[in-house]
Amino acid sequence: MTRLIVGPFNRVEGDLEIRLEIEGGQVRAAYANSPLYRGFERMMTGKDPRDALTITPRICGICSISQSAAAAFALADAARRAPTPEGAKVAALLHAVENAADHLTHFNLFFMPDFTRPAYAGRSWHTRARDRFAAATGAAPRAAVQARASLLHIVGLLGGKWPHTLAIQPGGVTRAPTVRDLARIGASLRAFRRYLETTLFAGPLEEVAALNRPEWDRGDAGLWAEIAADCGLDRLGRGSGRYLSFGAYPLADGPLIARGLWQDGATHPVPLAEITEDLSHSWMIGHTAHPAQGMTVPDPQMQAPAYSWCKSPRLSGRPVEVGALARQVVDGQPLARALADEGSVRARVWGRLIELARTQLLLERLLASIRPEARFMDTVALPRNATGAGLVEAARGALGHWIDIRDGRIASYQIIAPTTWNFGPRDATGTPGPVEAALAGAPVEADEIATGATPVAVQHIVRSFDPCMVCTVH
Amino acid sequence: MSLLCAENPDVIDLLDGAGISLLWHPALSLETGAEVVDLLTRLESGALALDILCVEGSILTGPAGTGRFQMLSGTGRPMLDWVRALAARARHVVAVGTCATYGGVTSTGENPAEAIGLQYDGAHPGGLLGADFRAGGGLPVVNVAGCPTHPDWVTETLLLLAAGRLAAADLDGLGRPRFYADHLVHHACSKNEFYEYKASAHALSEMGCMMENLGCVGTQAVGDCNIRTWNGEGSCTRAGYPCINCTAPEFEEPGHAFTQTPKFAGIPLGLPTDMPKAWFMALASLSKAATPRRLAENATSDRIRVPPTLRGPKP
Repeated sequence: MTRLIVGPFNRVEGDLEIRLEIEGGQVRAAYANSPLYRGFERMMTGKDPRDALTITPRICGICSISQSAAAAFALADAARRAPTPEGAKVAALLHAVENAADHLTHFNLFFMPDFTRPAYAGRSWHTRARDRFAAATGAAPRAAVQARASLLHIVGLLGGKWPHTLAIQPGGVTRAPTVRDLARIGASLRAFRRYLETTLFAGPLEEVAALNRPEWDRGDAGLWAEIAADCGLDRLGRGSGRYLSFGAYPLADGPLIARGLWQDGATHPVPLAEITEDLSHSWMIGHTAHPAQGMTVPDPQMQAPAYSWCKSPRLSGRPVEVGALARQVVDGQPLARALADEGSVRARVWGRLIELARTQLLLERLLASIRPEARFMDTVALPRNATGAGLVEAARGALGHWIDIRDGRIASYQIIAPTTWNFGPRDATGTPGPVEAALAGAPVEADEIATGATPVAVQHIVRSFDPCMVCTVH
Repeated sequence: MSLLCAENPDVIDLLDGAGISLLWHPALSLETGAEVVDLLTRLESGALALDILCVEGSILTGPAGTGRFQMLSGTGRPMLDWVRALAARARHVVAVGTCATYGGVTSTGENPAEAIGLQYDGAHPGGLLGADFRAGGGLPVVNVAGCPTHPDWVTETLLLLAAGRLAAADLDGLGRPRFYADHLVHHACSKNEFYEYKASAHALSEMGCMMENLGCVGTQAVGDCNIRTWNGEGSCTRAGYPCINCTAPEFEEPGHAFTQTPKFAGIPLGLPTDMPKAWFMALASLSKAATPRRLAENATSDRIRVPPTLRGPKP
């Protein structure tokens, strides 16, 4: 058996180290280590609860609005209030723009450049992949970076800047958009649609959104489909097929993307009380608890058998995968449902592409529904003693904030980030987390073992989850 | 990631055009794992020249000074160890963001990870590299402070360094490039007329000036946020929430809720930069008494209710 420690693992957000045990040309076991501890939950203790809106977005420079929305919803929940209906729409708009930008970044900058590697020289698509996706310099990353920067003008206009807006509040949003603002946002959205329909998909978004088979032959998405088929990515990195979504973009009459737990081929209500974080293999002191009772006390000795600063979230005692694929499966998109059992590298990337197309359509409908004459924010007075939870869907999946306010101060603040679900270490029963399980069986080439290079299959699997390690270890 | 929002031209063209090639970037480069360790090793030994070292994120010194709260994955060495080694080889060292410059939000509260900046610990010179550190090119750490940083602050700093046009005199007393740190967030703030008449917002979402009640310190914070604006036409104050002075050391601990102005006997604490207190008090009470109805009404509305009065035709 060969052991390999892989890092620094880049084109993921933040710090990640993977330890591999390799035998017979395959990964036998994988251990995901989040080698960074910052302690955001502890920083919150004793603060004015409103400060969560300023501090928690700064956990991350890529999922910042997701953190902001989760904090605002947690405070609103503690006050037993809801944002004004139009404020909720603008908050959803801001959040959906960030999620779309993140998916775009992942596909073009993080994931696809791996297919330009010399290991694939000689494949029929390799020259085209190099032309389009050369890291940082290819035509596709350039076009994506430009489209993304323009799309984020929507956040500039309504949220002041990206990242780290303070515009999303428990009672709504701080800026009431004018008719002119809405017209300008419409122009930004049309420009983004044009990019998607000429470059990424090179076809109508409505067709992409309605796909029920993983087949597409146009644009960069077409090149991806060709590569996925040639490389057998449907067999790589398969997961448990158990998916969680907290539901995304809550409006007055419910979320725009459904909440649910997918297991055994059907959706179920999410047993929120059965969320726990297991600390058995984390460098944390304490015991398994629901986040409302959870603690974050680092073990400075970093004692074995722990091997990560990340906790292990479990739902009803079992791991669950979160992300765009999970959301789309729960929401019932036909292609996502068709790929739910497969749960592979291919399925995860398709989940994101499908969601990108659907998010554009959602944004357009949302914008058209905003009534500029309405109120966009109510002032919400926070109670001196209360608990609350804010559950949202970040680009990478289910994100929860749990707050306990006592005597007007934060007594406890616990966060479970999407990548905490996906990249948590083993639990007390020895059950690996989702990425660890998905890596088992990944092929490793003899020359990769000989040179100590990061196995390319391992890279595909890890990046297919689009991990955000900085959120993970908040 | 805010760097990717650079425009006109985009970040790739900006750096390309200035002759800056990325040796490695955690989000952009192809190289991963052993390829990166090999690169870092060659930089550390001096076999490969390092023109500019950019560091994002605080330096975590915990637990107990070991730096083991942030190990550089795949190397078995703490990040602080790598930063110290590479800084010694670099011609210029740039700290990107208020965490890397001064410790920032990561040092909030009890500072659980014992976070510091590259050359500052909060407002105190020192940090990881020490107050006397000078990079090979002769400059101290260039502090591109901001939480987040404006993408242009980063790219323009790199453009100036590459062109040999950033000297010690171009940095302010906290190591920040003066091209943005000589301005105040107040400059070109769209709420300036409300400020002039002390027509204040009482709650977030109202249009008035946020200095008196809502914690805004744009008159004290350095940054050209309202001059160059963010992501198109944005800024914190334009979006209706206060400037929290994120370009400054220790902004993360204002000593009060971020969105509430501390007051003594009903008078807000904190004066606009360079404003004598007695004059400020006198002018404020005078201008408050002279507030036009238009501003008074709009200040507490979530949109413009009263438009400017139009002049009639010339006689």
